[in-house]
Amino acid sequence: MLFVILAPLVLAPAALAVPSNRRRPLVLLAGALLHAAGVAALFASPPPPRAGAWLAFDPMAKVTLLTTTVLFLAAAIYAQGYLARRKDRDNRVFVGGLLLLLAAMTTVALSQHLGLSWVAIEATTLASAPLIYFNHNARSLEATWKYLLICSLGIALALLGTFFLALSGAAPGGPRSLLLDDLIAAGPALSRPWVRAAFVLLLVGYGTKMGLAPLHSWKPDAYGEAPGLLGALLAGGLTNFAFLSIARVFQVTRAAGDEAFARDALVGLGLLSIALAAVFVVGQRDFKRMLAYSSVEHMGILALGIGLGGGAAGGAFFHSMNNGLTKGVLFLSAGNIHRAFGAKTTDEVRGAARRLPVSGPLFLAGFLAITGSPPFSPFFSEFAILNGAFGAGRFLVGGLFLALLAVIFVGMATTVLAVVQGDPGDAPRVPDTGDSWLTAAPPLALMVLVLLLGLFLPQGLRDLFGAAAQLVGGRWD
Amino acid sequence: MASFVDLVFVLVVVIDLFLLASSRLGAAIRTVAIQGALLAALPLLLLRETHHLGHAILLAGGALAIKGLFIPWLMFRAIREASIRREMEPIVGFVPSMVLGAVGVALAFAFSSRLPLPDAGAHAFLVPTALSTVWAGLLLVVTRKKAVSQVLGFLVLENGVYVFGLLLSDVMPVMVEAGVLLDLFAAVFVMGIVMFHINREFSSLDTEKLSALKD
Repeated sequence: MLFVILAPLVLAPAALAVPSNRRRPLVLLAGALLHAAGVAALFASPPPPRAGAWLAFDPMAKVTLLTTTVLFLAAAIYAQGYLARRKDRDNRVFVGGLLLLLAAMTTVALSQHLGLSWVAIEATTLASAPLIYFNHNARSLEATWKYLLICSLGIALALLGTFFLALSGAAPGGPRSLLLDDLIAAGPALSRPWVRAAFVLLLVGYGTKMGLAPLHSWKPDAYGEAPGLLGALLAGGLTNFAFLSIARVFQVTRAAGDEAFARDALVGLGLLSIALAAVFVVGQRDFKRMLAYSSVEHMGILALGIGLGGGAAGGAFFHSMNNGLTKGVLFLSAGNIHRAFGAKTTDEVRGAARRLPVSGPLFLAGFLAITGSPPFSPFFSEFAILNGAFGAGRFLVGGLFLALLAVIFVGMATTVLAVVQGDPGDAPRVPDTGDSWLTAAPPLALMVLVLLLGLFLPQGLRDLFGAAAQLVGGRWD
Repeated sequence: MASFVDLVFVLVVVIDLFLLASSRLGAAIRTVAIQGALLAALPLLLLRETHHLGHAILLAGGALAIKGLFIPWLMFRAIREASIRREMEPIVGFVPSMVLGAVGVALAFAFSSRLPLPDAGAHAFLVPTALSTVWAGLLLVVTRKKAVSQVLGFLVLENGVYVFGLLLSDVMPVMVEAGVLLDLFAAVFVMGIVMFHINREFSSLDTEKLSALKD
């Protein structure tokens, strides 16, 4: 189990040591392949759970790691083509940082100790912040500063929340531990007021990292200015781990008997995020910022799914995988369009489908998938969440959710169609930026995966989502 | 001894209020360094069982080195290189922000008397000091425009969290505490690098200039 953390961690300094800017991206590919092999080995022979262990391969870890390792592999292949074209930039920090990010994210997934989880989440912020500054201009600097400051504030509040949680079980006879199993086993013996305060702080702290409204303000800036490759890993990978951490804290809150309060908070923040995304997506001319608001929306959907519980919780875990893979398609193809036009607003970009025969249509297909059009897989997970809402008699919540999804579909469609359709004509053009195998095949492969998951969901994955949902009191219908 | 510990807690809160009212960056950095040094003494002062002595010394030494010496040194370098002295126009004025800070202190004392502490032997001022310091740090980050002031606010916030952590020093394993200190160090280090770039890009450490990105 340690292998999947250590492999990228050891390769990161190795990447810093490689002198050649041209060969360095190969280290990234090696890290991605080793990580994928490690995760596959874990699935082939899952390590037996041990009491008191700080790391465990539980169902939630399985769902997030599976998504991330596929996404990271696609991103690493894409990086070979992308970084080869960015000879103007030293990629030392970029490659090293991505590997550190992978190691930190894997630690979050496997960690059963809430203190260790906190350290690992903070590490993800520190590893990813310098990467946003890859383009070394004033705009990316501003985005980096906001990301670093806002996420550090959030993470500091999360630390306070972690301390509160430790204190709730610190009474004589309490668990006196931050291990998930100990806290859940102690259940009602935990001090209720501290658990509730801890849940609020941790929801705010990790919610900042996840990008739930109103704590999302760093997101459009960071995703807008970061290379598409990094946007894919942040929106499709990192946010899932913040979600996973919130789900773990929810497990403890639920065991302590404060379930109703926590569910209401999650449903409220979830709906607020979707509503806010709907407001800002409509009329958004910058297509990378539009994707950032779409990410806010989908984080809201995940929170909503866990908050509603029942079949919606199973849908939420399925959706975390679908959102991760589809965001990969969208950010990688948006990155290609951005490179080819040297611009990212609908004022200057049009006719992407003609100039980029693969990335343009992929951007359109990714948009259809992420907004929940059948037969792509996000349709089925969003449907499961909606079904859960109506099944539980929450007609107002379900109705609002459905109405907001429709608004977002129309809002995003306006921007995406303006980018993809039409005649590029005299739109700005950057030489040597067309679709190549290395930059077009990875998003295409992810898109095929999203389609296949929609057409046929293997029984193994269904059981996995069910097992993950069971941890937060839900099920897979 | 007990009254000396009281004094340390009171001083920490006074420093919070002083920082909210201070416009001179040099003085603010020095004061944060003093707060860090005071906090470093706390694990030793609050020690009740001697078998935790080694652990307490480790924590105190680490806190003193990072909070009291290294980070202030880094911040002084940053303001020297950018040659800035004052926070000119905070978003919320100095007096209103101090009043808000004082209200926070009052609320922290009121709030913490309601929360049941599992450990009856804990010092009565510990939780209110921690909460008011967290509040002061949040205020500093949100209301100041200079990058240096914002980082100072973040440090004060982390100081508040650290005070709270002392409540748990015999529950939490050393590893987690080491991780906490290390992360603080790394966070400020990365922030320092970013500040360096802000300074070079805009020839100033004013985050007002960082306002090109909006909807």
